[in-house]
Amino acid sequence: MLRGMAHDHHDHDHAHALLPPDPALRVRALETLLSRKGLIDPAALDEIIDTYQNRIGPKNGAQVVARAWADPEFRAALLADATPVVADLGFFGRQGEHIVAVENTEEVHNMVVCTLCSCYPWPLLGIPPAWYKSDAYRARAVREPRAVLADFGVTLPEGVKLRVWDSTAEVRYLVIPRRPAGTEGMSVDDLARLVTRDSMIGTGLAREPGA
Amino acid sequence: MTRVHDMGGRFGDGRIDPGHPEDPIYAQDWHARALAVTLAAGALGQWNIDMSRHARERLSPRDYTDFSYYEKWISALADLLVDTGVLSADDLAGQGDDTRHPLAERALKAEDVAAVLARGGPADRPMTGMPAFAPGQRVRCLRPAANRAVDGGHTRLPAYAAGAEGQILRCHGAHVFPDSNAHGLGEAPEPLYTVVFAAAELWAQPERPGDEVMLDLWQSYLEPA
Repeated sequence: MLRGMAHDHHDHDHAHALLPPDPALRVRALETLLSRKGLIDPAALDEIIDTYQNRIGPKNGAQVVARAWADPEFRAALLADATPVVADLGFFGRQGEHIVAVENTEEVHNMVVCTLCSCYPWPLLGIPPAWYKSDAYRARAVREPRAVLADFGVTLPEGVKLRVWDSTAEVRYLVIPRRPAGTEGMSVDDLARLVTRDSMIGTGLAREPGA
Repeated sequence: MTRVHDMGGRFGDGRIDPGHPEDPIYAQDWHARALAVTLAAGALGQWNIDMSRHARERLSPRDYTDFSYYEKWISALADLLVDTGVLSADDLAGQGDDTRHPLAERALKAEDVAAVLARGGPADRPMTGMPAFAPGQRVRCLRPAANRAVDGGHTRLPAYAAGAEGQILRCHGAHVFPDSNAHGLGEAPEPLYTVVFAAAELWAQPERPGDEVMLDLWQSYLEPA
């Protein structure tokens, strides 16, 4: 009875309808409930939030890409079996247990989506951006990837084949963007600054030096 | 046969807002709390990743459409906590008690967060026997895309690929089978393949017929073409 009275606009068959409808209050109610029962530790929550805010993000992936550009042996090992190679750099864990690196070339451009939810290589790129989780990206990336790229201001050269990786299993994909011209002799750290998050998802290109 | 989350190929969603590279990681404080509460509750070990995905998919189509991303997470988490008996409906309604929970000793501690996140949850399992398909082989996806053991159950075969013919690119070895694991029916690992589909095979009006979509698909989603 309480369900129907309190939250008429929600689905009554689901337990969540018993919580306050406002999402911020809903989170707080559940957090309070779980911590009063000793099931979650607020200090652990702060630690998780801080991890993805400050420690795990696209800078990790950019280091991998920059090394692949600079070191042919590293690149070959990465393309052959990326999981142990990135784990050696300390990038392993939740939502990145099985990594495959796919390289953009003159002939092929790669782009990653998860049409069923929001699978994303967390240890390399952190938490996915809002657009990656949006209905529009999930719906359109497989059917009209070139129109999607246009929304990002990217046009592929004529003759380039587009491969969209719909990451429907536990394998996570890292796009190795093309190395920009005029970057010969640059250090790995300087190269890494050219590697944008979107270029590692395939909705962007690496920055030109000086741009 | 499918649910609202299975949106690959859908029309009508409109333009994508690419945002800005400097956008905050968490657009709202409660997004951060929702993420952290969900991960910390998952560490209690009462469900697996396939169950948590299925809990989000089981939101009603109206809720799934209306809810923002983390609203789906937190609502599915509430459902999961009650479904698994960790919390009661009375608890959610504010009529429970605050005594220490029997699972409290398993609560994730701040000092263990880094190790737990770094450990993750690998889905690969030892292969038993040979994979049925070899790289280069032509295969066809089952049609319709649906869980074969549980009606309306969890599956990772997207509807847009049902019945489509593609080519095996590689085998990843055996991986936990979500259609089984999401329903507490065991991990039932089986070979996982990357399969290549030509855009012209998937779409009535392909943007470029030669473009490709790659999907990671379990062996029982496939038959020889």
